[in-house]
Order: sequence, then structure tokens, then C-alpha cells
Amino acid sequence: MTKKITLPITDEDIRDLRAGDSVLLTGSILTGRDAAHKRLYELLEQGRELPVDLKGELIYYVGPAPAKPGYAVGPAGPTSSYRMDKYAPSLLDLGLKGMIGKGARGQDVIDAIVRNKAVYLVAIGGAAALIAKSIKSEEILCYEDLGTEAVRRYEVEDFPCIVAIDSFGNNVYETEPPKYRTT
Amino acid sequence: MEIREIDAAVITAAVKKLFMDCNYFIGADIMDALTSARERENSPVGRSVLDQIIENDRIAAAEEIPLCQDTGMAVLFVEYGDRVCVANGNFDEAVNEGVRQAYEEGYLRKSVVDDPVFDRVNTRDNTPAVIHTKIVSGSKIRITAGGKGFGSENMSAIKMLTPSYGAEGVKRFILDTVCAAGPNPCPPIVVGVGIGGTFERAAQLAKKATFRPIDTHHPDSRYADMEDELLSEINKMGFGPAGLGGNTTALGVNIETAPTHIAGMPVAVNICCHAARHASAEI
Repeated sequence: MTKKITLPITDEDIRDLRAGDSVLLTGSILTGRDAAHKRLYELLEQGRELPVDLKGELIYYVGPAPAKPGYAVGPAGPTSSYRMDKYAPSLLDLGLKGMIGKGARGQDVIDAIVRNKAVYLVAIGGAAALIAKSIKSEEILCYEDLGTEAVRRYEVEDFPCIVAIDSFGNNVYETEPPKYRTT
Repeated sequence: MEIREIDAAVITAAVKKLFMDCNYFIGADIMDALTSARERENSPVGRSVLDQIIENDRIAAAEEIPLCQDTGMAVLFVEYGDRVCVANGNFDEAVNEGVRQAYEEGYLRKSVVDDPVFDRVNTRDNTPAVIHTKIVSGSKIRITAGGKGFGSENMSAIKMLTPSYGAEGVKRFILDTVCAAGPNPCPPIVVGVGIGGTFERAAQLAKKATFRPIDTHHPDSRYADMEDELLSEINKMGFGPAGLGGNTTALGVNIETAPTHIAGMPVAVNICCHAARHASAEI
């Protein structure tokens, strides 16, 4: 079944989500990928304040294409999440409520998701033109020099995703493929 | 011998069009494969994912916007006729200018950084392109170009197998590479395999294989059979569309081969996502 969630996501919302659920998100989410994560992580290591408050937020791993005139945003599908695995546990410990990306996560990230009662959602990789239809506006928050990798705030409406790892550690990448394996 | 002059601007315009076209319009071979996979897919989630991919690719084509935000690093295979002379510029610069114009004017993402390790500053025009040029007889230039996304590129691998591994060893390495990639390279994938040559030739052949339409086969029936067998084995792995489970993990396996050394049997596996983008032109 499909669950509609109005952001910011609450602890109750997260507690009710189960791996495999389809979700439609409405509200505001942050974006960030490799280069922005590296910068945020380095600031944390130096004990300095971050230029963006992650508490209670969902971060979408995306580097959008430029918007064509007349479009709110350019095509914006998820990028592979595992590249952010080094940084994600620290951000979750800081109060980040979840991540939207694609693909498997390492055990350290899964442990941090369970520890912080957070959630890992996935969008369909390579469905960027379709996904962009659910993004209504964007604002660059910081790291504009990174171009596509800048940290943005997206306003989304019925943004489609699937719960890949829930707050109990259930993981669709572990449970689903074996059901269809025939070798 | 008569020399044919081709103006650099003609090459630039052709390259620009190739990169815009391949990023907006998925090939008929891929769309056909997605559609028939949708009919065969036995996972409900898998069918839903394939529906979304097919709808996505239709939106991209209808609106002329990139079907994936990762519009890739520009890769070109060029057959350059030996009677062609470029006027008003040189070939590589004309190609890079075409890439620059396509990525800027076509609203494609600029995804290239200048230095790989230390600076990693975006070049802001998606250059330089990776250009593989082969000199052939004639007075034409034939270009096959594609934007290669790195979600799948990162899942690729090469191994210097030795002759005693045989066909079984080749298949095992290819299947192990696809299995290790699992849900990450945006399945359903296209698997490009290069066998033979030297270390770098095998890798180049693997990339070339990803640019070949998936409704074609290797001309040698033994390799053609291997392509079919590998596709069938990969689709038994269960990863499915988006890696969320199902029997559509790959849409095609293309093998390219070349003569190699008596001591060697290099195998390169270049993985490509379902957004397998390439286009060709002859000048």
C-alpha cells in the first residue's frame, strides 16, 4: 500500500514505515551528494557549525541536470547511496531523520538508522524526468560553487519512493532478491 | 589521392546533435527490451518500476529533456577516413566544442572534474571527452557517441585471466562482477564485455560493446551463445528492476572480442544502466 507523508517526517511516521512500503512525500527535503557530504563531514571533524541544519530533515542524494526554461527543476533522479556511507552515520547521529537515494547501504549505516530510529528511502534510478514532475521548486542553501552538487531545498508534492531500510533494520535489498533467485 | 576537407564546425554540429539526441531519446532496442521485460516480469514491484522507467523515457523524448540527470561523461568511438582533412580547426577540439555546446545548450548536466584526486573542480562544460579514434580507409568520419553515467561505470571490472580459465572462467568472472554490482548500477542493466587484446584494449572493447544495440549478436555463434546464456543466468540472480527483486536484472549482454597474447585472456566487464545512451552519425 502507498502511504502519504507530510514533511517534516515525525517519529510516529517513521515507526509506522516498513521496508517495502511505497511512500509519497509532500513538503520540503534537502539535497546533497558526494562533494557536499565531504565538506559537511570535514566541518564536523573540525567541531565547526554546519551551514545547514539537518535536524528532522530528509536528505535526497541527487545532482540534478539544469532546468530547461519553463521548468521548476531539471531532471533529478537519485544517485548511488553507498558513496555517502562514510558520512551518513555522523549526520544521522546529528539528527538527520532519513536519506533518499538508490542502492544498498553498508552495515554502519544500517546500524546508525536503527540507533537513531531513522529511515532509508529509495527512488527509481534513471527515472529522473518522471521524478522531477513531483519537485515544485528549488532553492540553493549552500555550496553554490559545487554546481549540480550544491545543497538545495526542494519543495516536493507526492514525491514517489520506497522504504528500503526501515527503523528496525529490515532491508529490502536483503529480503527481496532471494525471493526471485533461481540459481 | 583526393583529400576531402571537412570544416571543424560541421564536426562540432554533428557531435552536439549526437549528445543531445542520445540524452533525450532512448534507443528503440532498449525501449523494446523494457516493454517485453515488463510482460515477463514476475515481481509486482518490478513491474511497477519498469512502468515508471518506460513512462520516464517517454516523457524525456516528448519534452526533449534528459532521461537521467547523470548525462554522463562524453565517450566517442570514431572511424576517421584517411582521406579526410579538417579545415579551420582540429578534430579533437571540434569534438570537444560539440560536447561543450550540447551540454550547455541542451540543459545536460556537467559532471566532469579536472583533477581526479586532489582538486576535483568541475570543468563546467563536461569536457574533455574520451575519444577513441581509429583510422580507416575512405573519406568519411563515422562517430558513435554516448553519455556514460557513473553509477554503473563504477560497478565495472577488469581481470587478466589466463588461457586455462577457458570459457567457464570467462563466464564466472562476468557473472561475479554483475552479482557484486547487485542493485547499485540501476538495473535492468546492459552488460558490455571485452575479451582479448591487451589490458586497455579489453576495457575499450567492453565500452564499445555497451554502445552496440542489444538486439544484435556477436558474429561468432559461440560468443553469441555465450551472450544468451549470460543474459539468462543474470536474470536468475533475482536483483530485478531497481534491485528491488524480480527476474529482469539485465536487458542485454554484448560481447566484443580481439586477438590476444599466447599467455593471456583479459576480460573487461563494463556495466551500463537501463539508460543505455548512444547515437551514431556519418559525416
